Order: sequence, then C-alpha cells, then structure tokens
Amino acid sequence: MGLRGDAHIVGYAQERSERRFTGQAKLTLEQWADLAAAALHDAGIDSREVDGLVCGGDLLESSTFVPATIAEYMGWSVNLAERVDLGGATPAGMVWRAASAIELGLCEVVVMAVVGSAVPPSPKPAPFDDRILFGASSNAWGSPQAEFEIPYGNIAQNCGFAMYAQRYHELYGWDERARAKVAADQRVSACANPDAVFFGQPVSVDDVLASRMIATPLRMLEIVMPCARGGAALVMCSADRARRTDHRSVAVIGFGERLTHKTPTYAPDLPHTPVAAAAASAFAMAGLGPADMDMVQLYDCYTITALLSIEDSGFCGKGEGQAFVREHDLSYRGDFPCNTHGGQLGFGQAGLAGGMSHIVEAVRQIQGRAGERQLVRHDTAYVTGTGGVMSEQTALVLQGA
Amino acid sequence: MSHDTTPALVKPRPVPTPTSRPFWDGLAAEEVRIQRCADCGGWVFYPRSRCSHCLSGRLEWRTVDGAGVVFTFSAATQATFPAFADEVPQVIAVVELPEGVHLTTTIVGAAPDDVRVGAAVVPVFDHGADGMTLLRYRLA
Ligand SMILES: [Zn+2]
Repeated sequence: MGLRGDAHIVGYAQERSERRFTGQAKLTLEQWADLAAAALHDAGIDSREVDGLVCGGDLLESSTFVPATIAEYMGWSVNLAERVDLGGATPAGMVWRAASAIELGLCEVVVMAVVGSAVPPSPKPAPFDDRILFGASSNAWGSPQAEFEIPYGNIAQNCGFAMYAQRYHELYGWDERARAKVAADQRVSACANPDAVFFGQPVSVDDVLASRMIATPLRMLEIVMPCARGGAALVMCSADRARRTDHRSVAVIGFGERLTHKTPTYAPDLPHTPVAAAAASAFAMAGLGPADMDMVQLYDCYTITALLSIEDSGFCGKGEGQAFVREHDLSYRGDFPCNTHGGQLGFGQAGLAGGMSHIVEAVRQIQGRAGERQLVRHDTAYVTGTGGVMSEQTALVLQGA
Repeated sequence: MSHDTTPALVKPRPVPTPTSRPFWDGLAAEEVRIQRCADCGGWVFYPRSRCSHCLSGRLEWRTVDGAGVVFTFSAATQATFPAFADEVPQVIAVVELPEGVHLTTTIVGAAPDDVRVGAAVVPVFDHGADGMTLLRYRLA
C-alpha cells in the first residue's frame, strides 16, 4: 500500500514572520499568487505547466468555490482542485493528497499554498461574524460544541491542550522543566533563523517556567505566537519532471493520517493520540523507522503537542517523552534536531501557514539550503501536522533524491 | 447597571435542539438523563439522532446517577472568553461517568490545587435565569 516515492517537492516559498504586519497589505488571492509565483520561480518551473492545485482554508474574498476562484485568478486549468480542511494538519494533508494525485498520473505539476498575512481593510461594511470570538470552536446552533462545551468555557485551544497536559503528567509524572525545554531548545534554532518572529530572543527553561500561567499547567511561552505576517507555498511534480529542476528534489515516501474526534472531551484514549496511527502508517509505507530520520519537524502549537508527538511517533516509549527531552538537545546543533526553524513556538504561527513551516524547513534542510542551521546529515525527515486538539493528525516521511 | 450586549461579554448559553431537549429537561428537573442504544447497549453522550457505536437509530433516554470522576481538567487562569472573566480561575474539566461517557463541565467550590485526575465528583444543577440548567460538578 502507498506511495512509490515518485512525487517530489521541488520548490518552496515562505514569508517571514511578523507579529505586527509592516508590509503592503494584499488580498488573500493576491497573497496566493505571490507565493505561487515565488515557489514556481524557486523550482524553475513555468506557471503554464501547472495542472494541479491544493489549497487550505478560506479565501477572505470567497469562502466557497475556493479552488475554482484560485485557478481562475492564476490562469490555470487543472486536473486536481482540492481544498483541505484539517486545521493545523492541513498543509501536511495537502502534501500527501498532491503526491497521490501525481502518482496516479492525474497531474504533473501541483502548487500548494496557505496564506497568513494581513489584508487591506474592506471598504464594504461587513456583518458582525461571531466566529472570530470562538476560534476553532463552532458556536453555531446545533453544533455539539455550542451546546455542550462553550457554555462551560471550554473554548478554542488553550484549555484543550492543557487538559491533555494535565492527564499526561498525572499518569506519567510531573517534569515541567522537560516540557519547558522543548520551547527553550526550539528558541535556539529560532535564533539562527532571521525569518523567525523570535529571532534574536533566546529563552531559558527558567524563563519559560516564569512566564504567566494561561491554563494550568501551560504557560505563556509554551503557547504559539500568532503572527500577522506569514504564508508558504510548495511546488510538487513527478519524479521525471523533478530531474529537470534547479534544486535537489524531495520525495514523499510515506504518509499517514488519523482523525478521531474534534474536542478532547471525546478523545478515545487521551493522552494517547492519533499521532501513533499516522506515524505507524507513514513509517511502514516508507520502509523506514524513527531511527532512520535525520531530523524531525513536529507540529508544535504548544510544548505538550511536540512532547506527545515525540512519544506517539515512536522516538521513545509512551510516558518516556520527558526523560527523552531531558537527555537530548532538540536544537539544530543537537543530537535530536527537532523543528530546526524554531518550530511554530519560535518561528511564529500565521494561521495555517504555521503548519507549512515544518514542511518548508524539512525541504530546505534536505536541499542543503538552511544556512547557519544546516544539518550535517540531511537526507530524511519526519514531519507531522496536528489539527484541532490532538484530533486531526497527518505524518509524512520525506527523503532527498 | 446597564446590561451589556457586546457579544464577547455575554456568556454563551446552550440552545437545545429537538434531539437534545430531553437532556436539558432532565437537568431542569435535577436529573442526569443520557441516551442508551437499544441495539448495541452502548451509552451515548452528547445527545445524538443515532448511536455513536453502531449508528442505530434506536436510542432511549435513561436517567443515571450522574456522579463520576475527573478524567482531566485545566484551571483557566486567563479567561477562555471575555464573558467568563468573573469565574477565573475557572476549573474546566472532563468528567467520566460510570457508563463510560465523557462530558465537559466546570468544577465549582474547589481551589484548582484541590482538584486531581480521578477525584470523585457529584452533580451541581446550576439553574440559570434563562430557564437553562447547566450540569456542573463539585468534589464529592
Ligand atoms: Zn448502538
């Protein structure tokens, strides 16, 4: 079952992170076009060769018919027009869907992008939309969250991830320094990445533990920083076409996806996560194991997300994650390079673009283009995406050609 | 004092559906009623039109004791939504009932440090001025 490794990522584009947007604000369609053009230029592929597109989330200019709106704007006629709706797992989910379509022979060159920068203020008055108040939770009538979660204050993400952390620690022991070390180690890598929102701002384990408590046991510096500037794109093509591109190409050799719930209230086996099933599938398909990975790029909206992902992906046993983090250096200089761009905790999160930052970094490292933070061994990468509250999980195994 | 209608400052309240109405009627009568599948015997929460174990449409309402244990929790020291600021630190919890179902609630009348995973808890029926009763819990 699975991919042959005949679909390759051959180019990328990425906006730098900013907490407050300082550039020229553009429509989301215009941001999509900028990212697509930059990624195609990076790959050395002409826009007229594009015959597939994968997008994620809404365009602010159109909440439905999104792929058609994008294709028309770009001037593309496509055989694959896909929109992925998996929260933070969206970008990883986009990658395997594009790879599958290429291996099926549906298309030759696929562009994927997620936008994340500020847009110009609309001169048209818009009705008040209460979705902005509830984040990932739906307060629409009839939504199980509106009726059984939101009235109790269980809203959005902080509280849900905190409930994962609480039960995890009560079952497997309390080492808050280990959890904090995830953020501190990743900040070392962010300090080697000029595009990261926290470039030039190292933090220590003690700094993390001294930061303000938000939802016990999670503190401010364990929680991702929302950014007003961001966005990323990837270009993928067949292995044949990849041989005529500018950089080392990156094959998608394994993936897995698992989704079990929306809110953690109904998670089947918390703190065991769907990461385990997604990882097992990805590694089996790749014919490789955790020990074969030169780097890991793990979705990290919170420290606990990365910790649970390390365990459930199989880099250590269940309940051994805190000891694993204590015993390894997770920075780009370390013996377990994890989120070498700083992760979202260090790079920043501009909406769905945050989840694509892990894939872009894996490609950049495998292609040998990571500059100061370039790894010596950079042939294989394991990448995850997490949507909802540990609910939607996608895992990828990538390998340089 | 004027009543503030800014959306973020009004506590969101449950609005029943035809399917869920018996659950809320039960809470108003200080009873915890949940659904059980007549085909597979599975317990179902939240209320559904079909069984979440086997998709049977034969769900029956049963009154249960309502006591349970804390499965997990977090004390929100920063309000999760502006309107809940007066409840901070709000101990938001998932409670497991003996029937196996999980539900979201808040633990009232306890300091966050006194709450533990596995702690026994009993229902507190919180009757609101809007006629809706929320199912909160306190340490047993
Ligand atoms: Zn059933």
